[in-house]
Amino acid sequence: MCKIKKKRKAFVQQTDCVACGCCVKVCPLGAIQVVKGIMAEVNMEKCVGCGKCAKECPASVIEVREVEI
Amino acid sequence: MKKHWYDYLWIFSLTYLVLGFFNILFAWLGLLCFFLPLLISLIKGTKGYCNRYCGRGQLFGLLGGRFGLSRKKDIPLWMKSKGFRYGFLVFFLTMFFLMLWNTYLVFAGAQDLKQVVTLLWTFKVPWQWAYHGTLFHEAIAQFAFGFYSVMLTSTVLGLITMILFKPRSWCVYCPMGTMTQLICKVKNR
Repeated sequence: MCKIKKKRKAFVQQTDCVACGCCVKVCPLGAIQVVKGIMAEVNMEKCVGCGKCAKECPASVIEVREVEI
Repeated sequence: MKKHWYDYLWIFSLTYLVLGFFNILFAWLGLLCFFLPLLISLIKGTKGYCNRYCGRGQLFGLLGGRFGLSRKKDIPLWMKSKGFRYGFLVFFLTMFFLMLWNTYLVFAGAQDLKQVVTLLWTFKVPWQWAYHGTLFHEAIAQFAFGFYSVMLTSTVLGLITMILFKPRSWCVYCPMGTMTQLICKVKNR
């Protein structure tokens, strides 16, 4: 039987990201990085969807969503 | 998480603001907060300054976060829009050049030194207690008063948005942040 797994992951609304790096500082797994000073990017392998980055983001452009894997 | 030496740069920012109450000439040190972000973005093509070394951001993070002086609400949509961010950058730079022009006028002898700190580009606060003369030209002091006005104004704005929204709301519309992100965008195209 094939069971669909759901996992929580952080998603960055990259067009509105100011690349301040607040999310990077609070991520306990080092799963989010600011790429080339333009925007934050989540490493989906590492992200566990804890939501700390979303809470911290001053522009509130990070959202934790459930994804099917 | 392990703390690094640069996690304490908020002390530098706080000291800077305090020193301006004693001797306005210390305001010149603030140029570091102006040139370092630009140099890092121009040379390395990153926002390393915002991401690591910005003491002001750390100060807001500390006051709004650990000290709980923030409502931690979402910033309004218009405040994070490109229009507002770039508009604020243009306005900020215009006021900055106006300040440089005033410095020049004092240098050229066309205007007297004004021992005031202008808050929010409007309110002139007497600040003569922090002026004890200068070894060089009076224009050096005029620049210091002007630059300190810029730094104090942005701190006040940052504190207001820190209280109303999230601790580091200032980072969203910080002119230096917008400018360095723009440089990174052009450089890493």
